Amino acid sequence: MGAALHAVTTGAADGRHLRAVVLITVAVGLVLPIAAGLWQTARAGVGVLPAIGASGMSLAPFRDLAAVPGFGTALRLTLVTGLGATALSVLLAVGVCAAMHGRMTPRASGRLLTPFLAAPHAAMAIGLAFLLSPSGWVARALAPVMGWDRPPMWATVNDPAGLALILGLMVKEVPFLLLVILSALSQLPVRQHLAAGRSLGYGRGLVWIKVIMPQVWPLIRLPVMVVLAYSLSVVDMALILGPSNPPTLAVLLLRLFTAPDIGLMLPAAAGALLQALLVVGAFALLWALERAGSATGRWWVRRGGRGLSAEPGLWLTTALSAALFAAGALAMLSLLVWSLAWRWTWPGLLPESWSIRAWTTPGRGWVEALGNTLLLAAATTALSLALAIAWLEGEDRARRGRAGWAEALIYLPLLVPQIGFLFGLNVLFLQLGLTGGTIAVIWAQALFVFPYVMIALSDPWRALDPRLSRAAASLGAGPWRRLFTVKLPVLLTPILTAAAIGVAVSVAQYLPTLFMGAGRIATLTTEAVTLSASSDRRVTGVYATLQAGLPFAAYGAAVLIPALLHRNRRDLQAETG
Amino acid sequence: MTLILQEVSVARRGDAALFPPISLTVRAGEVATVMGPSGIGKSTLLDAIGGHLAHGFTLSGRIQLDGRDLAPLPPEARRVGLMFQDAVLFPHLSVGDNLAFGLARSIRGRAARRAAVEAALDRAGLSGLHDRDPATLSGGQRSRAALMRTLLAEPRALLLDEPFSRLDAALRDDLRAFTFAHIRDRGIPALMVTHDRADAEAAAGLVIDLTQPEFRSCTTTCPASTS
Repeated sequence: MGAALHAVTTGAADGRHLRAVVLITVAVGLVLPIAAGLWQTARAGVGVLPAIGASGMSLAPFRDLAAVPGFGTALRLTLVTGLGATALSVLLAVGVCAAMHGRMTPRASGRLLTPFLAAPHAAMAIGLAFLLSPSGWVARALAPVMGWDRPPMWATVNDPAGLALILGLMVKEVPFLLLVILSALSQLPVRQHLAAGRSLGYGRGLVWIKVIMPQVWPLIRLPVMVVLAYSLSVVDMALILGPSNPPTLAVLLLRLFTAPDIGLMLPAAAGALLQALLVVGAFALLWALERAGSATGRWWVRRGGRGLSAEPGLWLTTALSAALFAAGALAMLSLLVWSLAWRWTWPGLLPESWSIRAWTTPGRGWVEALGNTLLLAAATTALSLALAIAWLEGEDRARRGRAGWAEALIYLPLLVPQIGFLFGLNVLFLQLGLTGGTIAVIWAQALFVFPYVMIALSDPWRALDPRLSRAAASLGAGPWRRLFTVKLPVLLTPILTAAAIGVAVSVAQYLPTLFMGAGRIATLTTEAVTLSASSDRRVTGVYATLQAGLPFAAYGAAVLIPALLHRNRRDLQAETG
Repeated sequence: MTLILQEVSVARRGDAALFPPISLTVRAGEVATVMGPSGIGKSTLLDAIGGHLAHGFTLSGRIQLDGRDLAPLPPEARRVGLMFQDAVLFPHLSVGDNLAFGLARSIRGRAARRAAVEAALDRAGLSGLHDRDPATLSGGQRSRAALMRTLLAEPRALLLDEPFSRLDAALRDDLRAFTFAHIRDRGIPALMVTHDRADAEAAAGLVIDLTQPEFRSCTTTCPASTS
């Protein structure tokens, strides 16, 4: 056969330049700062921080850290709240899926979950604090029943055991895990497997445990790791809901980092290293549990037992989740009510008089915080969206899927605890003269916005009918025209949804804003967290309401804009919502 | 205009070829047919000619259109039109704008382009549907609109991928006649893949049956196949 052999990737058509630009951007913009930040933190952790004159390598920072009052308790609290919240969240989410799957359309469940996913952690925490505190709705509702004539002396918020923090984390993590599991289930023939299992004499719950979950787990492993890393190192929720003295490790480290004595930065950096190690250890634990679970699971499956009914467990988890969702919804509502309350005596369920004074009092400064928040959200979302689209388009042009290492790269910023590298990154930015500026904050926030935007956009992008692009190419449209006139318009809904998620993630960022802005860039989140320690609930309510309102508005726009633009396009309407 | 395949075969990298090498010449206005059950690589052959092969596939042999070697060209430069099983109209554009997307750049000026689109709609029996949502058209209307969109791009060859299999029987005959008539009028060489023998008979051109050990090529109608 004397003919030439052609590899299909021919020159410019495979988008080699585009992919090179994306790769360099991700390497320099994403991987490098995280690696350099970890490196700087590690150096400071072993006593090398030339900026404050420390240059002798030693283990003294670790000794100093261990000597910090309450260190041991902080460590225990971190483990209990982080591991506890993750384990309970996974359990509840799986139980709810088993009980409710097939009874709700994906669209309806998506609508139900969206507000909980959109609400920033800090706003949710403030709302829960309002709800659970002695003067909150829970105590007011119980007052007539219990015969209380004054607020009970209970420590429901900032309790020393960290229960309020666990609850707060669960209110945010259960909806996230539900979304992830539902999306995994949509890729599996669940109905057939359930029918097959039940026809063999297994109860519904048992089929879920023995048949469905082993298939779901590989698809949700990474998101569970994200939840685990987040719960172990959360700062803003722990500040608002967690124990205060001693606090969790991450909060303790924040205090050390921001202490007037700059010498404390060294033990703080040692602690940040420890925090990263804790997360690695938790991942190892998860891996060990997975191995043990699959071994015992196989033994259990082979025994063929059918007697056990999981039904009560299913209903218990569903009831608990319903209570969790109710608490989350009431918490959001209490933000708004407090921001508008004027006179509100115990034990009335609603204020006697209302006022917009907290919103209109001059000098409150929420306008400036709102402006900063909007600017940061717009910049980080635009950057992340552009990079995500470039990445996905690069994959399309090369006509190949994503390598495993690339997928891991996307998740990287979500798996490394923020406090582990943000301090080091800040040191680096200080040397470069970048810190304290809007650019530094945008960069730091985008590290966390990009992964979520990328994850949200990847599936719908791949689900796009490849024949649309081929038809366009056969009509003479080059790659850029195909992108801008066919793919992007058809993908408008998922692109705007990804943008809304980006806005929600950006608005919620606390630690990156605080560290990289050197405390000088006030956003709704930093202000709300600071105010949450104050006694003026009305003002706190204003900031937290705005903080929660922005992501809601973004999600609303993501639904309304395509509905309006595509109102005469039936095939695109079906995907909306 | 002539489409020439010389010893064309496609293989997944490292694997054996999907089908034995195919050689055929399709002259202007002719419709050649490649037959075979699904999964045999018929669509992959069209991907190779159109320039849409996925990563990891290699093409061997030579594909020439009007003397140009197609292999090094990106799909948008090949001037090879595509017709799918479903019409695959762009869902975000109106019917008219779908046609305008295809309309060659050589026609300039808003009024001239609009007139060309309207004329094509008239020829396809779609007069007055310029502003309609493609999702609201019937299956036959969608297929005719897709053919018009393809022809407006002035392709130098046409690839048909089971173009009639989703239509019901009565409509199928209509649309076959409509499509083949346009191909003959324009004098475009066309290559169709199908598993429906009636398609091949209606095309009345060269037929290659991939299930046969030695490809049977018949200039008109092959005797009834055992497959």
